[in-house]
Amino acid sequence: MAINLEQVGRIARLANIEISPGEAAQTSAALNGILGLIEQLQSVDTAGITPMAHAQEVAQRLREDCVTEQDQRESFQAVAPETEAGLYLVPRVIE
Amino acid sequence: MSLQPTQASLGELAQALANKTISSVELTSLFLERCERLNPQLNAFITLDREKTLAQARSADARLAAGESGPLLGIPLAYKDIFCMRGWLTTCGSKMLANFVAPYDATVIEKFNTAGSVCLGKTNMDEFAMGSSNETSYYGAVKNPWDTTAVPGGSSGGSAAAVAARLAPAATGTDTGGSIRQPAALTNLTGLKPSYGRVSRYGMIAFASSLDQGGPMARTAEDAALLLNVMAGFDARDSTSVEAPVPDYTQTLNGDIKGLRIGLPKEYFSEGLTKDVAQAVEAAIGEYKKLGAQVVEVSLPNSQLAIPCYYVLAPAEASSNLSRFDGVRYGYRAPEYTDLLDMYCKTRAQGFGPEVKRRIMIGTYALSAGYYDAYYLKALKLRRLIAQDFQAAFEKCDVIMGPTSPSTAFKIGAKSDDPVAMYLSDIYTISVNLAGLPGMSIPAGFDPAGLPVGLQLIGKYFDEPRLLNVAHRYQQVTDWHHRTPKGFE
Repeated sequence: MAINLEQVGRIARLANIEISPGEAAQTSAALNGILGLIEQLQSVDTAGITPMAHAQEVAQRLREDCVTEQDQRESFQAVAPETEAGLYLVPRVIE
Repeated sequence: MSLQPTQASLGELAQALANKTISSVELTSLFLERCERLNPQLNAFITLDREKTLAQARSADARLAAGESGPLLGIPLAYKDIFCMRGWLTTCGSKMLANFVAPYDATVIEKFNTAGSVCLGKTNMDEFAMGSSNETSYYGAVKNPWDTTAVPGGSSGGSAAAVAARLAPAATGTDTGGSIRQPAALTNLTGLKPSYGRVSRYGMIAFASSLDQGGPMARTAEDAALLLNVMAGFDARDSTSVEAPVPDYTQTLNGDIKGLRIGLPKEYFSEGLTKDVAQAVEAAIGEYKKLGAQVVEVSLPNSQLAIPCYYVLAPAEASSNLSRFDGVRYGYRAPEYTDLLDMYCKTRAQGFGPEVKRRIMIGTYALSAGYYDAYYLKALKLRRLIAQDFQAAFEKCDVIMGPTSPSTAFKIGAKSDDPVAMYLSDIYTISVNLAGLPGMSIPAGFDPAGLPVGLQLIGKYFDEPRLLNVAHRYQQVTDWHHRTPKGFE
């Protein structure tokens, strides 16, 4: 199932990765190479097989409903590109 | 007997520290000096920070002086740059995190700090652990100390090169599809990927969360056991951490292996395996027979499908995990953009390298509407078949053995333009991650060009004690693991 340039553009948009028209051709060739490898999956009959999402067949653990984290806003925001008054700044989204 | 720190085992180093033959500052300085002098030849480290390192060594010396003791107290180690370490640059080999000073410690780092180990530096790696050669690092390729024109393997290639060249006594790695075992094989080390759930993933930058495991990279099984003793254990901060007691892995190293049933999967000895690797692996199996082990043929019929299965599941999980890198809370942000969406798209286009983008895009595609069943769900079903193959094989044997990698170290640049060729280097390791089993690579000889060959050992779930025992017994009767690359003695 080869993908064309238009599909590469759509995937890049879904992935939030800007891709120039020049890059798209190269990317499409590389992705098609990988998809060719992946296509081998279709050769196996998996009817009736339960999907295995995880190596352990155990239920998710629950924890006590209590506070475990302290406020670390300052140290976490120290590594942010732009903050102000304890908030993360991004380009304006509402005019 | 005079101590030779670059050749000594962790046990001997701990003994010397306890006897006050050497202080942690002296020992650490000796390795730091080697790192600073030899790293330009290898590019094994992304960050070396003499002041921070020596501060840790001084604090270990204070603990030693106060009468404290411990197997890793005062011992310098190298950490893969995927582990967050408070106050240290933690880049994960990416431009995206080139300015990221971690505000907290990974659980693994916290455990090593508590044990009193000293961080020598943060090691180079494939970007976000996506690679098998260490060539996808934003910080440049790592060179293999056995041949500096060859790759050390990946993604834990910096850790592998550092330990192989005796720049560090031992190191940490992580393994999602072979990233501890394959570089260990290519650099003559002992590397262990624990069972899924054995080592906490908290603070270990996520690639594919259902497959990622941290583990030790060392020269011997004995050293690996000492590291695993510290790394393993339940952690409430990792939702997939297993609540099971941690045995003392050093206590079972010497167990007799007479009667051990070794399963040889016929699929691991067919097309694609180079002659040199096959010969070394067969010789190693011969050595095990002399130790009293029996060999049985087993079959892993779906092993050829492990690569396609993995290259759906790992990219799918990566596309989700790496969506957090958007230039808002940490890391790189593009300098120019028009609006919020444009900021995300430019930040990610500029911050990620080509291989990471390819994997995010493959994962995005596999999870997208209309393709989910054909790719993601299909791969999850195959994952079960692959896990069932192992279960069936382990009814006939105690441990599975085979090659770690189909070839010895390849030249830098040989596969970097061909992702599919690169992916095939992990053909024997990937299925182990899919099944969640523990796997090891141990030194098993050299090819005619003098490049190391690794023997892979695969165990039952949580059977790390047996893997380490089986590895240790082999290391008692062979000396491959003591060989040191020329120029790095």
